[in-house]
Amino acid sequence: MEYVLMIIGCVLVNNIILAQFLGICPFLGVSGKVSTSLGMGAAVTFVMALATLVTSLIQVYILNPFGLQFLQTIVFILIIASLVQIVEIILKKISPALYQALGIFLPLITTNCAILGIAIAVTQKPGFSILDSTIYAIATAIGFLVAIVIFAGLREQLELVKVPKAMQGVPIALITAGILAMAFMGFANLV
Amino acid sequence: MNSKLSILTKGLFKENPTLVLILGMCPSLGVTTSAINGIGMGLATTFVLVMSNVLISFLKNVIPNKVRIPSFIVIIATFVSIIDLLIQGYLPALAESLGLFIPLIVVNCIVLGRAEAFASKNNIFDSLLDGLGMGLGFTFALFLIGFCRELLGSGAILNTKFIEGDGILIFVLAPGAFIVMGFIIAIVNYIQQKK
Repeated sequence: MEYVLMIIGCVLVNNIILAQFLGICPFLGVSGKVSTSLGMGAAVTFVMALATLVTSLIQVYILNPFGLQFLQTIVFILIIASLVQIVEIILKKISPALYQALGIFLPLITTNCAILGIAIAVTQKPGFSILDSTIYAIATAIGFLVAIVIFAGLREQLELVKVPKAMQGVPIALITAGILAMAFMGFANLV
Repeated sequence: MNSKLSILTKGLFKENPTLVLILGMCPSLGVTTSAINGIGMGLATTFVLVMSNVLISFLKNVIPNKVRIPSFIVIIATFVSIIDLLIQGYLPALAESLGLFIPLIVVNCIVLGRAEAFASKNNIFDSLLDGLGMGLGFTFALFLIGFCRELLGSGAILNTKFIEGDGILIFVLAPGAFIVMGFIIAIVNYIQQKK
């Protein structure tokens, strides 16, 4: 039950993009079409779950016992960067179909601040076990997927609308995102 | 001399990283609930930009081309850790309000972008000016967004209340960030298209 509440909280109430402002770059950059946004969302879910699992293991078993917490930022970013590389190589060998679908998004993910952000955020939450952290990461990533797919749907519709010249592109996308964030505020006291 | 000045000023207006190049969106939206937060975040990023630009420019002939991106990331992450610990130590209130966004300077595309596009090709002094210009441009953009949100959202300028009552609360909350940012970029576009 605790986990159900956590998942609802991460997906709807504290949505990573619309309430926490992490991962805005792919949210604006890869949301032109619903199909590509689904690919990006899936790739982020996969990498975020894996990265948070590995970084929490490193935090609990290496950084904390040896008092090396100040190295957190450097260690985490290197782990994420190499993890993305490894995933890319393995995926290429094992499942070319999946690689075709997710491949182009993987290099982009290294600089996605949502991955590093969640990896650091879970270490700052008191009493979070490694299982808690991983479930939190998966739930957050699903929130990312939901937001980016809805937003891509809106942008597909937006293509057909006449927009003033200065508002075209990023400005109107940001304002649309603002209205979407307002809609998500309706979930505020759900949990 | 003129060219040195233009390196410094291009980051402020013509190639403003946030408002024109649309880089570094996450901190621009996340920390700008007030003008002071915007300035704090901007100056922290400026420090990282200047220091990493100078060091990368200094080491550009030593770093092998194949591993340059990981090397840049390690250099940037080092300076981010330094500023993170300094802010936590000396400005705990600012650390509280910026939170997660200080360590996330590592993945700010502006910093890696300048390292790759400028510092790895130019001399130390030019890289320093470039980092300073871009950093101050980022700070200016964050200040502008924070200023608008604070004024509309709570009727205050730099924490001093000018209008009685609550203001339009939505501008301090998440949706306001997207909407204010959208309108500011639209105005910048309009001015550029006029020219």
